[in-house]
Amino acid sequence: MSRDHILHRVRTALGRSAGQEPAPPPPVRLRVPEVPRDLRVSSFIARLEALAGHAQRVPSQSAARDLVAAAIAGRTAVASNSPYLAECGITSLPGVRSGIRDVNELRDACEKADVGITSADYALGDTGTLVMIASPAEARLVSLLPPAHIAVVPCDRILTGLDELFTVLPRPADQTSSMVLITGPSRTADIEQILVRGVHGPGQISVFLVE
Amino acid sequence: MSVEFHHKIHDTLADANLQLAIYTATGRLKEKRIEAVASDILPDYQELRSHANAIKKHTIENLDHYLEEFERNVTAHGSKVVYCKDATEVADFVLGLAKQRGARLIVKSKSMTTEEVDLNERLEHHGLESVETDLGEYILQLAHEKPYHIVAPALHKTRYDVAEIFTKRLNVPNEVVIEKQTAIARAVLRQKFLAADMGISGANFLVADSGAVVIIENEGNARLTTSAPKVHIAVAGIEKLIPRAQDVATFLKLLARSATGQLLSVYSSFLSGPRRPGEVDGPEEFYVVLVDNGRSRLLPDRAKRQSLYCIRCGACLNTCPVYRKIGGHSFPWVYSGPIGAIITPQFMGVTHEPGLPFASSLCGACAEVCPVKIDIPRVLLELRSDVKKAEAREGQNRIEKVAFRVFAWVMSHPRVYEMAGRMAASMAPSPDGGWIRNVPPPMNIGPAQAWLSQRDLPPSPSMSFREMWRKRGGR
Repeated sequence: MSRDHILHRVRTALGRSAGQEPAPPPPVRLRVPEVPRDLRVSSFIARLEALAGHAQRVPSQSAARDLVAAAIAGRTAVASNSPYLAECGITSLPGVRSGIRDVNELRDACEKADVGITSADYALGDTGTLVMIASPAEARLVSLLPPAHIAVVPCDRILTGLDELFTVLPRPADQTSSMVLITGPSRTADIEQILVRGVHGPGQISVFLVE
Repeated sequence: MSVEFHHKIHDTLADANLQLAIYTATGRLKEKRIEAVASDILPDYQELRSHANAIKKHTIENLDHYLEEFERNVTAHGSKVVYCKDATEVADFVLGLAKQRGARLIVKSKSMTTEEVDLNERLEHHGLESVETDLGEYILQLAHEKPYHIVAPALHKTRYDVAEIFTKRLNVPNEVVIEKQTAIARAVLRQKFLAADMGISGANFLVADSGAVVIIENEGNARLTTSAPKVHIAVAGIEKLIPRAQDVATFLKLLARSATGQLLSVYSSFLSGPRRPGEVDGPEEFYVVLVDNGRSRLLPDRAKRQSLYCIRCGACLNTCPVYRKIGGHSFPWVYSGPIGAIITPQFMGVTHEPGLPFASSLCGACAEVCPVKIDIPRVLLELRSDVKKAEAREGQNRIEKVAFRVFAWVMSHPRVYEMAGRMAASMAPSPDGGWIRNVPPPMNIGPAQAWLSQRDLPPSPSMSFREMWRKRGGR
């Protein structure tokens, strides 16, 4: 439609010609501080708890499995296809469905489930953020449709913050159609500035950080 | 100032409940921002602002280059880029695609750009159902109103207003508990998400080197809009470009802090194209609609093009003494507050609402909080000058012109000035409670009345400065 018209208008207005290279952009500004692992973990926990999420450090994969089992107790859950969840023994817990590869089936299961269980590709210590990269292992809807989200993440995936994330992943689009940073439970303050959790996404979020 | 603008301002000022609502909400947002950018929490805040400004400046100065780079990379991910010069083209594209795909129901996440082009109204006019899914926007859609604030669209609505709107439009029992109101909206909208044929989102940033659309939100409705339906259309102004994914870090650190005082918003989605092979879910088709709608008109002017750096955080609204009194709906277009006052005249033409650039005390609070350092007062001054030039071209305001000539003559002739001062002092009305609030008849008409309706004057002193000076022997 108006592609050439708009590009021409923009160029003329800026006094540029077609194909003209721009001056170099300002240098990238990423500062990655040295933060010991223990501090990254404790910072993650403090930040997420401040947002009314739950975060906890656990000593082993089997301990994580037991905590997840206790957390879902009697409720239904959908687990993502993350190999890490299988490794922890979470996918074979009673009440947990996993291994779904069909989009309609996944949507249906996530809509009915009480809990969505995922791992995370990274976590950010200074904000309490989970980094979810869509892949065959992690679908988008598992951390989105159920009213509660549980993530089980190895401690060594905790980065310091955004600057380190974009240092490790300079171009996320090269490997996924969707990277989502999740910082706390879904929330709104659209009516009278009163905070309400669990609007469209999960109102509860629990993260188990495994040693 | 148009009659409509004048009336809306007076209606807002006269509504005590509304005044309280605006003042409380903006006050809270303002305080949260101050806490979130405090130097112990974000020591490099000022550096980040300067950096963000430099990136925006560079991108806008080379916008055609980054548009083309973005287009190449989006296309490489199997998506399509559509350029639209105005509202009609945006609606035509969406309608055409909906027809081809047999779509009837569209879910929408918050987007000021789609508000700007009246997309919902245009789609509904052609028989499509287009549902806003951000809680605030949903309430306003049900109430047939425009957003009151860039970030908090339903800022002016109380829980009782919402109860009334929901009862009337959704046939639900009267419910005044905010948590339960939110649950009602969640239940209704969840069904819409799952049934929708297309999802339309806005975009906070378009990343050229990745062909990615970045969307920031708190509720999860944008995630649902962009992952549940088979088709995702992102609608964005052409100024939303940034060069590299790595630049996103800088803007993420500034945006949520400036908007709501959060360190990060709950969801920051970095989306590039439809679902890829092996990925379990996500849309099958992905379109990016790049909207001009007046933006390219801002580019030639070096001083004013910085208006396009805006990242729509709303911080300038919350801090603006004018917005906090006259509210969002007094402004003549969808963008309100200081940023609305500089964008509207440039998109719509300065004569659209000539009073707008003058509705400011130029106090500079907006420029102080702007995360990308837009010099809003400077642009307002430029626009005031544009308004006056346009009026002169149209032969308007001859009286004002003559008045300023007389003023200039008086000011450049000390003796005349002194005489005029003495005359004015002797004629000044007696102060009412320490201030002069009006002039006595028959002078209380026309410009004098209009000017004093907004201002109180201190009483004139018994002696002028010059007289005091002379009395002291000129030393």
